[in-house]
Amino acid sequence: MTRHSLVRAAQSNDPATRSRAIEAIAAAYWRPVYKYVRMKWNIAPEDAADFTQEFFSRLLEKEFLDSYESSKGRLRTFLRTCADRLFMNQARDSKRLKRGVGSTHLSLDFMEAEQELATELRSGSPEDSFDKEWVRSIFVLGLARLQANCASRGKLIHFELFERYDLEDADPKPSYAQLATEFGLTTTDVTNYLAFARREFRRCALDQLREMTTSEEEFRREAQALLGVKVT
Amino acid sequence: MKSLSDRVVARLQADMQIPDLSGTRYNLLRYVACGGMGSVWLAEDTVLKRRVALKVLDLAGPADDLDVRLLREALILASLEHPGMVPVYDAGTLADGRAFCCMKYVEGQTLAQRIATLNLPDRLRLLERVAEPLDFAHARGFIHRDLKPDNVMIGAFGEVLVMDWGLAKVGVTSLEAGETEIATAVQPTQNSLRVTDQGSVLGTRGYMSPEQARGDIEVDHRTDIFSLGAILTFMLTGSAPGELPAASGSVLRPLRAICEKAMAGDPNARYQSARGMTADITHYLNGEPVSAYPEGLLERSGRVFTRHRTAVVLVAVYLIMRVLFILFERR
Repeated sequence: MTRHSLVRAAQSNDPATRSRAIEAIAAAYWRPVYKYVRMKWNIAPEDAADFTQEFFSRLLEKEFLDSYESSKGRLRTFLRTCADRLFMNQARDSKRLKRGVGSTHLSLDFMEAEQELATELRSGSPEDSFDKEWVRSIFVLGLARLQANCASRGKLIHFELFERYDLEDADPKPSYAQLATEFGLTTTDVTNYLAFARREFRRCALDQLREMTTSEEEFRREAQALLGVKVT
Repeated sequence: MKSLSDRVVARLQADMQIPDLSGTRYNLLRYVACGGMGSVWLAEDTVLKRRVALKVLDLAGPADDLDVRLLREALILASLEHPGMVPVYDAGTLADGRAFCCMKYVEGQTLAQRIATLNLPDRLRLLERVAEPLDFAHARGFIHRDLKPDNVMIGAFGEVLVMDWGLAKVGVTSLEAGETEIATAVQPTQNSLRVTDQGSVLGTRGYMSPEQARGDIEVDHRTDIFSLGAILTFMLTGSAPGELPAASGSVLRPLRAICEKAMAGDPNARYQSARGMTADITHYLNGEPVSAYPEGLLERSGRVFTRHRTAVVLVAVYLIMRVLFILFERR
């Protein structure tokens, strides 16, 4: 999907179009929302999972997204505010709203998110955590794009090298010479393939971001956040 | 795709900053530093086999004001050839869409780092050398507008370079015959006017003149004189401007007066040129009166004594000997 189309599609009257768009938005935002509610309100994992499903169901029902105007702020901040509002409404009504019959139930791996929460350092506010999770989600989606891109161009080895050198948490990292031996390449090839993968990763992550934003200005501000650059 | 650890996310963020140099004559060597507009990288120019500094913007696009600013900086540096200005070799857009500027790689320290090892006279001499390229730029109609200790580099051979002309403005008051063409070439476009000339506040607090902090459009080269005074303040106190300690002795008073004059709220009350300010510093270093400080008789005597110490001591010794000789003869 091109710029503007994702959020617009999520506001569409066509249920199929809307559903696809919401799934794409959920892919980037479900982890931030889940971890945010877990951290901010300290609710049980199953309640947080129900809340997250409920949140994206509401998005699908156009309850939230219809009121989103890109000129008034970023989608990221808007969704976090919506999550706050929904939680407070539910708390006020003292009941958990159950998903209606026929509403979409997204397939989300809450167990994995819960395991991540257990191992992550809990520093900063829930809002910081939301932003951090958002960066992580965009990167994960960008990497999926990169993998598909490399596969379609017959350059899967570039991705595998990138995965081995940049995505593994190993300490110390393998040297280029070790990777060259492991993959049957020269060290120069490793250098060049990694440079290619990093370059392509940047493009894929920014393309992913571009789809999630609604204006050039929002894209630039969000890209700064994605790059870890402090915006003044 | 499984989730990523915080460490991997940080690594990917760093990866995304790496400029795409494919299709250029440069090979990336290492990261050097980051600034307000982007990052600086050490690279090798594969054609000329030399090391260069690449200033690369974080992002780029058709409507990006930073692109315009970087290009303007390159144009300004290209048009100002002075030993105190970093030579620019190249500028353009990388394959990843980011604007870049290739400059001489300067190894050394910033003024802020360097002054800790210098005594007072050496600090003052250093300031004189900072003022030289500034005076040169002012004479050609350019105003730096972001002068601060971090934007002054002292190279490995002692060369003093005024860096970061990204916020520079082209003034019109000081242009000399034949230089209008240069200034016109880097005159802000409609787009860059929006960035720096329509009342927006750009610069660094503490080193920025009041008129610049207010966002006045009509700032002139005297805004840089204010910054130069702020740098002198920093060099004297080691602290940010606004924290100048009370003058504890007569030695500091003239320097304090120089700072105060350079940082006067009214531009008309400041030194009217960088050269005028350094003239006062030179006077101070030579033990001569400075224009910013009307000294009393006692201070003048003290200064004359300090400046001509040997002669004064010799005369005093001669007079004492003479008196003793007369007394001895009378007995």
